[in-house]
Amino acid sequence: MERKIIDLWVGIFMLMGFVALLFLAFKVGNLGDDRSGASYTVEARFENIGGLKMKAPVKSAGVFVGRVTDIKLDGDKFQAVATLTLDKRFAFPKDTSASILTSGLLGEVYIGLDAGGDEKILAQGDRISLTQSAVVLERLIGQFLFSKAADGPDAPSAPAVPASGNK
Amino acid sequence: MNSMILSVQRLGERGISAVWRAGAMARFFYQILAASGTCIRRPSLVIREIYFSGVMSLVIIMVSGLFVGMVLGLQGYETLQKYGAEETMGVLVALSLVRELGPVVTGLLFASRAGSAITAGIGLMKATEQLKAMDMMAIDPVARVVAPRFWAAALSLPLLAAMFSAMGIFGGYIVAVAFVGTDPGVFWSNMQAAVEFRGDVLGGIIKSIAFGFAVAIIATFEGFDATPTAEGVSRATTRTVVTSALTILSIDLVLTAFMIRGI
Repeated sequence: MERKIIDLWVGIFMLMGFVALLFLAFKVGNLGDDRSGASYTVEARFENIGGLKMKAPVKSAGVFVGRVTDIKLDGDKFQAVATLTLDKRFAFPKDTSASILTSGLLGEVYIGLDAGGDEKILAQGDRISLTQSAVVLERLIGQFLFSKAADGPDAPSAPAVPASGNK
Repeated sequence: MNSMILSVQRLGERGISAVWRAGAMARFFYQILAASGTCIRRPSLVIREIYFSGVMSLVIIMVSGLFVGMVLGLQGYETLQKYGAEETMGVLVALSLVRELGPVVTGLLFASRAGSAITAGIGLMKATEQLKAMDMMAIDPVARVVAPRFWAAALSLPLLAAMFSAMGIFGGYIVAVAFVGTDPGVFWSNMQAAVEFRGDVLGGIIKSIAFGFAVAIIATFEGFDATPTAEGVSRATTRTVVTSALTILSIDLVLTAFMIRGI
């Protein structure tokens, strides 16, 4: 085998390998839009986080602005403490509210931020005080049934209560 | 009673020889590193070996990657469509390839395609006393024969693993878009939203680098350590494939455990 042909093939081989690596990094992965450089963290306390998981997205007006980087339980107040790492380019007012939402019926759980009107902005380590917990479907149904039953027997869908109780 | 003692003895002998081999392999690794200067001074030696182990494995790696990706796509579609989630097929294919299948299957294929060839080559040189002849001429066989093969294998495997994953994702794309009829934009955007560079892609690259070093050291050591007979070389070749496969899978388990736990 001639030396030059070997060199050529090895060159093609290396080139293909690096192209594949770049493909994996930029086309398959998210390196292109990775803005993990400058960020700040804020804390939000919830009564119930439902199905929220680590690394869940944080969105404002539906746009991705950060991720949930830590979830703890406050042992004194029995509240869930979620740490949100937000992109430094986005500054939110102090009275921003955080709510746990689900995209679609079976979609991923994320935290939605609704900006308030405060002059001051959230800084590193601040706490979002206005929070809305996750909607737990079972409780919602329970409340619905409870309120239906409280309406009395003349309510049109009253038989639904014993029927669902049998399940 | 006597046979019991004998079997315990045999167990002990095996244990000692396993530990001895591990130690010899570590010393051999150090020897290779110490003799690697030649590879830097004469890169043509390494390039030649990359041709034989890397370029020659291209076809098998790329074809297997394509097929594995297509099978993943078809199987994934079967299950995902039950939950109405066929749009996430790209995520399934990309994550399983980039994280696991790419590095592991490439490692196994590379060990059987190139690792066995390296062992057989070095073993045959030993059996025909070429290594001894080099020693006589004051040429260090580790620097001239072993180190280039080692570095070629260690360099080739990560590149091949990346190509395997890329081909696999391409195969999954073909199945998703051409066979099933998913929207190509949804395929890519879901994939990009779910695959993280640092956690998933880089993790796969780290794995493939580790496998590359493992296969390279095992293949060269088994060849250099082979009994210099035809039978010894054939045994060494078998051992390369078996040991490489087991090592790759066990390293994979350890690395995956570390990566998933986020340490």
